[in-house]
Amino acid sequence: MKVIFEILRQKDPNGSPYWQKIPYQTETPATVATALNELNAQPVLKDLDGNPVDPVRWECSCLQKKCGACAMRINGRLCLACDTMVQPGTMKLEPLIKFPTVADLIVDRSALYENLKAMHVYRESDLQYDTETNETAQKASRCLQCGCCLEICPNYYGGSVFAGAASMVPAARLLSLQENTDLEKAYRKRVYEGCGKSLACHNICPAGIPIEDLLVKSNRKAVWKFRRGKKR
Amino acid sequence: MERVNIIGAGLAGLSAAITLAQRGIACNLISKLPSERAQSVLAEGGINASLNTMGQNDTTELHYHDTMKGGGYLSDPEAVATLTQRAPEILSWLETIGVPFNVKDGQPVLRPFGGQSKKRTAYAKSSTGKMILNALIDEARKYENQGWIYRWMHHEFVCIHRKGDACIGVRILDTYTQKMWDFYGPVILAYGGLNGFFPLQTTGTTSNDGNAAATLFMQGVQFGNLEMIQYHPTTIGICGKRCLVSEAARAEGGRLFVWKGQEPWYFMEEKYPEFGNLMPRDVVSREMELVVKDPGCANQVYLNMTGLSDEIWEKRLPDLREEILYYLQIDPKSEPVPVEPGIHYFMGGIDTDNHHETNLRHLYACGECTCRYHGANRLGGNSMLGAILGGRIAAENIDSKAMSDKKEEEVAGQLPSYSMSLALQLGTILRSGLGILRNDADMQKSLYQIERLEQKALTPTDKARCLFAKAMVNSALSRKESRGAHYRTDYPQPDDTMQKMIVVTYDGTIHMTWRPLRQRRNA
Repeated sequence: MKVIFEILRQKDPNGSPYWQKIPYQTETPATVATALNELNAQPVLKDLDGNPVDPVRWECSCLQKKCGACAMRINGRLCLACDTMVQPGTMKLEPLIKFPTVADLIVDRSALYENLKAMHVYRESDLQYDTETNETAQKASRCLQCGCCLEICPNYYGGSVFAGAASMVPAARLLSLQENTDLEKAYRKRVYEGCGKSLACHNICPAGIPIEDLLVKSNRKAVWKFRRGKKR
Repeated sequence: MERVNIIGAGLAGLSAAITLAQRGIACNLISKLPSERAQSVLAEGGINASLNTMGQNDTTELHYHDTMKGGGYLSDPEAVATLTQRAPEILSWLETIGVPFNVKDGQPVLRPFGGQSKKRTAYAKSSTGKMILNALIDEARKYENQGWIYRWMHHEFVCIHRKGDACIGVRILDTYTQKMWDFYGPVILAYGGLNGFFPLQTTGTTSNDGNAAATLFMQGVQFGNLEMIQYHPTTIGICGKRCLVSEAARAEGGRLFVWKGQEPWYFMEEKYPEFGNLMPRDVVSREMELVVKDPGCANQVYLNMTGLSDEIWEKRLPDLREEILYYLQIDPKSEPVPVEPGIHYFMGGIDTDNHHETNLRHLYACGECTCRYHGANRLGGNSMLGAILGGRIAAENIDSKAMSDKKEEEVAGQLPSYSMSLALQLGTILRSGLGILRNDADMQKSLYQIERLEQKALTPTDKARCLFAKAMVNSALSRKESRGAHYRTDYPQPDDTMQKMIVVTYDGTIHMTWRPLRQRRNA
């Protein structure tokens, strides 16, 4: 199978982005992640015209959809490179655009972690669970912090108060397990008030997290009990 | 401000950081990637503790004996006693911080795992590592907000700074800006195993390149039992790596077989009626290697999980089924899955004492990078336990008087670099000598090939990698016996005179010494 990767490259944070075509050939089925690793392992990487080029910078760790490092845009679609098989013809690879580019396909996703800190996503007391909260916590614990949910969200932009599903999902675990926390207050401000319920995040999540379900549960816990005047 | 420097932010590093914060000691938590990308997320099956929630009269003493036996009696008895005695404390803490274990009547349900005489493995579906890690990440975040934990993501280890026999700091590289920094104070190493010496061949993370181990070895850090490499029996080849089929699959009823003529032969059940498919991993992998070489058998072993109930797939192994379906297009509910042993864990690593301190003062190691609890073969469910406990013990023993008030500083110097193509060649050479079945001739050949490759090594890191690889093969050559994961066809029996740790050091040449095991104090 012959593939031409058309990659949006950028030397460093201040560099200008440019497209580069790099050919790739494989006899066996391969993911985009495998292809990038194989290309970078070549003694000299060459573009379509045979000119030597620098290795493609990208991030990966697990290669099996469990770590979220390799999130990017492939043919315009948000996905993990290890979860996307190469297809014959041209495949376009671009970095996520709502995070600052570091180099090539690497983006600086530190906003994800800053949002979680600002939201106080941590426990404030000893936690106890029953079967139901345990299932919610298991679903919420699957979040990869890949950033795809923020990338597709119509309400999130870099620096927005709204922290999006990337914060809502980890928060859901803790909201389900404790009462009346700073996290609840932060949740109302940084998730509930900014969410337009497009649920694009639900459809795009590479981990298949039932985001809508977690959102409903978290809203019930952190928002609706106040609206009904049942402030505890 | 005075801080401890932790290299690696997986389970071991996070555990150390949280324990330090609880002690009121600040730390720099340094990692190439955020914790969510750590190898710990790949741990699937569970974590061991003799909680005795299954009515089987389990005790810490039984956990101790199973771990010693499973490890070929090569672990330090003192270390294993601590591991097994403190396991319930670790599990109880994990419950407190909200790890969503599968529970029944408010108690964690326990699975049987390989080499265990009782059900002892707590789990969260088939993603236990991911779920434990997430709880630790959230816990660490509290201390980040309070100013106890300072994260340095996208920073990688370059080298330590030594002053005599003490470590006084660490040099790190910002992979985003290519700037280097020197941080002073005690150092806790938690960078993971030796996967980086076997690119494409392991179940672990690809971000581990092995360079930290190679560099530390060159700098005089002492390593132990480097020949002890665990091949997990059930892995599948996916694009660019080995993917683990958790031992939980066999714990829940999965059965290994090979075609013998027209009949499936469930060889583990026939050869080992007591534990069957749940023998320790070294035994299962070796038997698999032997049956596929048997001319009377087909050359492929299958894992038959077709007898598992819908409830087990849904409640206990959902991720596993999804993974196999995606990568192999095989539904394990209805069809056996072809599996092969793959490199999974390194029992050998940095030699540490009871405090997890290395041969250099103020330099500690925990998690998979250290040679501490698992002897010649690690039991499933003991790795996450060892990582969390190791981080905790290292942090408990940090001497706050050794803290430095010297501020971090940006430094100039040559950036470390290594050749991926040399790494791939080295991996192939090591694999051919250090397979499941080993012999003198194959290992001598590997050694010769490494020496030839060394001549092509251009950078200091490449040279260090070759040197470390030679230490691995030399350790395996020296151990002229079979024990745990180290099986030699030319010396197929264990030899009591070699029930010792092989300690390797470097001071211009490689030195190898045999050290007796530390005896258990509170037997």
